[in-house]
Amino acid sequence: MNNPQTVDFIRWIVVLPLLGAAFNFLLGATLQKKLGRFAVSITGCGVVIASFALAVAAFLRMLELVPSQRFLLDDLWRWFDIGGLRLDIAFWLDPLSIVMTLIVTGVGGLIHLYSTGYMHEDPSYWRFFAWLNLFTFAMLTLVLADNLWLMFVGWEGVGLCSFALIGFWYTDQVNTSAGNKAFIFNRVGDWAFVVALYSLFSGLSKVGHPTLIIREIARYAPLLGTQHAYAGISVATFVTLLLFLGATGKSAQIPLFAWLPDAMAGPTPVSALIHAATMVTAGVYMIARLNFLFSMAPLTMLVVATIGAVTALFAATIGITQNDIKRVLAYSTISQLGYMFVGVGVGAYTAGVFHLMTHAFFKACLFLGSGSVIHALGGEQDMRRMGGLWHKLPVTFWTFLVATLAICGIPPFAGFMSKDEIIWSAFDTGHPWIWSLLWIAAGLTAFYMFRQVYMTFFGEFRGTDEQAHHLHEAPPSMSAVLVVLGLLSFAGGAVMLPRFIATFSPFEVFLAPVFDSPQTLAVTAQTHHQGLEGYFAALSLLLVAAGWLLADLTYRRKILSADRMSRFLAGVPYTLSFHKYYVDELYDYAVVRPYMMATRAAGWFDLHIIDGLVNLAAATTVLGSWLSGLFDNYVVDGLVNLAADATLAAGGRLRRLQTGSINGYLYGLLAAVMVILLVRAVLHT
Amino acid sequence: MNHPLTLITFIPLIGMALILVCPPAFKAGYKWIAAATTLPQLIIAGWLVHNFSTNTAGIQFVERYPWIRAYHIFYFMGVDGISISMVLLTAIICFISVFASFSIEHGEKGYYALLMLLDTGMMGVFVALDFFLFYIFWEVMLLPMYFLIGIWGGPRREYAAIKFFLYTLLGSVLILLVMLGLYYYGVTPTFDMTQLAAQSSSYSMTFQRICWVALFIGFAIKIPAFPFHTWLPDAHVEAPTAISVILAGVLLKMGTYGILRVNYAILPAASHELAWFFLGVIGTVNIVYGAMVAMAQTDYKKLVAYSSISHMGYVMLGMASFTAAGINGAVLQMFNHGTITAMLFILVGVIYDRAHHREINGFGGLAQQMPLYTGITGLAFFAALGLPGLSAFISEVLVLIGAWQRHPVMTVFGAGTAILTAAYLLWCFQRIYLGRLDEKYASLPDLSLREGFTLVPLAVIVIVLGWYPHAILGLLQTSLNHLNRVVLAATPAQAVALH
Repeated sequence: MNNPQTVDFIRWIVVLPLLGAAFNFLLGATLQKKLGRFAVSITGCGVVIASFALAVAAFLRMLELVPSQRFLLDDLWRWFDIGGLRLDIAFWLDPLSIVMTLIVTGVGGLIHLYSTGYMHEDPSYWRFFAWLNLFTFAMLTLVLADNLWLMFVGWEGVGLCSFALIGFWYTDQVNTSAGNKAFIFNRVGDWAFVVALYSLFSGLSKVGHPTLIIREIARYAPLLGTQHAYAGISVATFVTLLLFLGATGKSAQIPLFAWLPDAMAGPTPVSALIHAATMVTAGVYMIARLNFLFSMAPLTMLVVATIGAVTALFAATIGITQNDIKRVLAYSTISQLGYMFVGVGVGAYTAGVFHLMTHAFFKACLFLGSGSVIHALGGEQDMRRMGGLWHKLPVTFWTFLVATLAICGIPPFAGFMSKDEIIWSAFDTGHPWIWSLLWIAAGLTAFYMFRQVYMTFFGEFRGTDEQAHHLHEAPPSMSAVLVVLGLLSFAGGAVMLPRFIATFSPFEVFLAPVFDSPQTLAVTAQTHHQGLEGYFAALSLLLVAAGWLLADLTYRRKILSADRMSRFLAGVPYTLSFHKYYVDELYDYAVVRPYMMATRAAGWFDLHIIDGLVNLAAATTVLGSWLSGLFDNYVVDGLVNLAADATLAAGGRLRRLQTGSINGYLYGLLAAVMVILLVRAVLHT
Repeated sequence: MNHPLTLITFIPLIGMALILVCPPAFKAGYKWIAAATTLPQLIIAGWLVHNFSTNTAGIQFVERYPWIRAYHIFYFMGVDGISISMVLLTAIICFISVFASFSIEHGEKGYYALLMLLDTGMMGVFVALDFFLFYIFWEVMLLPMYFLIGIWGGPRREYAAIKFFLYTLLGSVLILLVMLGLYYYGVTPTFDMTQLAAQSSSYSMTFQRICWVALFIGFAIKIPAFPFHTWLPDAHVEAPTAISVILAGVLLKMGTYGILRVNYAILPAASHELAWFFLGVIGTVNIVYGAMVAMAQTDYKKLVAYSSISHMGYVMLGMASFTAAGINGAVLQMFNHGTITAMLFILVGVIYDRAHHREINGFGGLAQQMPLYTGITGLAFFAALGLPGLSAFISEVLVLIGAWQRHPVMTVFGAGTAILTAAYLLWCFQRIYLGRLDEKYASLPDLSLREGFTLVPLAVIVIVLGWYPHAILGLLQTSLNHLNRVVLAATPAQAVALH
């Protein structure tokens, strides 16, 4: 990746959605009032579709180049140049970023179209599209940034849009609190992210290459291998661990995942776009982007894979007991993101990115399908009050089913190709226990997904009569999008078939130049068990089938009772799962409350101690001046007066000497002269 | 233009004279005279920036005439990269604050006259290069501020004004003593700051340290640095909107500007030695402590005041880093904080003018009633919490990149406060603007044209500097890097050896 070809059209992929956002923020309200929602939709959807068209053109242009030359750079202007840190506002396209760009603008464009139907009744229609456009802009900045600070602009930018869209219906403080929670959790991750960048920059400066441009980091990263940061940990390990902590915030992994289920307070298209298909995958993208750095840090890689696997299982165990249709999908997203982290964590970068892509298809489909259900039921989200919807909402049902088969990893649906690749890679790279966690999680996935399908679409309708009366399939703008995503969930995996089926996979070949640094190749080459892949796929399928069967027996045929099962499990695991392991409560008691107490203490300290001292000093000064006033009045002035009085008094006494008798004066004079003579005589002797 | 700096400093005095002679019958004209005075000032500031050469660290647009020969006092003005950015900031803030003053309804004559005098004082501080002249302007600034808070302020205005006055006076006395000390103990007695800088190594190290700390306290009161900060919340809460804007937008910067101009330039060896504690540690305390106390506030304006204390801490931390990134980031942060906090105080004023209170918990759902106002507040809040793409992000990042290389632990705290800042700002935003609208506020009008006029230019600056910080960094860089090299080269040992 030495000399990227310079082009000047990538900027438009990024800037078009920004223009759309600016347009609708400034004029949207007026246009909506004067011309109707149509005027808002045209710009709102138009810019993203145009962006997608440009991305396709860029992709085709890239295919014309030989693989090693597939790096396009669009350098706009110098951002800043201080203390050796020279960064530009510049975007670059390489095989990895074009894949992400196509997902963001493609799936994003579909979700924009869907929103024209879903949000049609909302009075703040314009505001929704403005934020959705701004999100697309921020996400594309994150993806296409040529340096890490610009990536961080997108990284926090998507967080802002996520915050604003979670709290989109801001008159309800539950929604706005969820938005705040999301932003603050993300900020914790961002803290780690920025400290990682400071440390990385300082490490690269020490080896003589002060830079944060991604392709230059790739070139100089090997120099960091022997440099130690703290306590014998190499700079590469230190930096990547912090970056991964940043990723856990954005991508909702342990320990910073608790915001994502609450984020479902936002409108459903937002959950589909931001909290499933794109933003939450940013952490996975970032690790794949910096694969040359992560590959140098075996410790970090192990942490990434472990956290990913534990999260995948942990979230799945919560998913099985939730009753809110969107919350089930939220925990499923956390779980699937865990799979992706295992992918990049064991060095199977391509598999991780592949699952990112197929997940974008089927999870968007699932969320939009649930949106269609919620839309049809007038806002109902509790699956206990659904049921039997399949013949009322046929398009929604069939696409939802396809996406469910995909997420469960049933061949030949897209999820099978990507998920199985990750599960296999975990074993193949010598992490059998990670493999076992993912294997169990796959079974649980099948259980909670089919539980959802059966509770929502099968059996008797359990809602109100009024809801039953109004049940309707979604308008074409929504159902058409579901069909497209359903097709992608079915066939999207064809670009990378398992090795035991096909020897050539275009997706892997296309991405190969991104993952070709020596340190990355050293990691990816660690395979041990070629040839067993087919058997392992069968093993996974076995458990998936078991999960499906269990859901079927419990929620469709009702042979097994969920209540009895939970009682059988002594209630404790069930209660833990139902209450999400009390993680929210833990954060509340361990962090939020103590911190609020600390701020109140600080406020008290400031008001009463610091300012108290200031006022005390002032009061002391006032007291002092009052005392010195007294002193002045009674002592200083008193002495003056005393002197005057004494003089007067003495004068009064002395006056008596003035008798007026000449004789008396002469005797006095004589006496004085004699005294003087006497004194002189004494002194002279 | 022959004497641009004299012009830009004293134009407001002409405005003041006009306001004073203007008969009370033309009462409505005072504010327009003030506006007509600050506009040419802004134009001259633009002219200065345009004609400023960024290639030299030297002083430009110099005006130097003997003033009081017997004491070697000169009328000496000039700007370098550090002061030109502050001159620009002052001109912008003064222009905007005139329009933010339109809601003043009694004693306009006195108000605008004092505002103009304050303007001259502030501008003078940034262009003066003779210590004596600098001190004169420093004191000139104090008096109008006292009256502006004490007469046109809120219910506890007299307490706040006296507190501000005495506190600042204490600082001034320390600065005065050091000024005289430097004059009398110098190899050549002089008040010329460039000359003082040149002969800095002739002062003994002990003397330098004493002077440094005394100056630091003098300037720290203005910043304000912990624990000298409690005058600020009181002054802000009582001051009328426009005065809060000036106070936060310009006055606080004089503290950090003074440290760069006097402590760093004249006493580089002591700076090198003492900055880690006085600027680094205290700056970090400012950052964290300010954010924590801000969270505990229930008065909107007090919350903004404490956020100011927190954000000024970044300036101090950046200065303590002695790296190009840190020190440039610090001065950029001064500029950015000036524009963002000015916005925040105008925004507080907008709601105070309408609802006549500032109790955060007493509002709710204003977004429904005042969407435009809420939108601009959102922008200002996110700028204040350092959202990338907006101006303060760049300066905080530069500060922390620099600080990391010297004080990693402080940097971790500085960076971590971004979480706390997000917490108190978002919580405040939620309570005032989001949620259900209270019936009481169902008739509040959205932003007026005038209010929009004061906010939009600042908003544009905040966005543009997020993507093109070079507009300000380009001005600063050469001078600041030079100053940084001087400080780095001045080790205490060298000073002692030369003595």
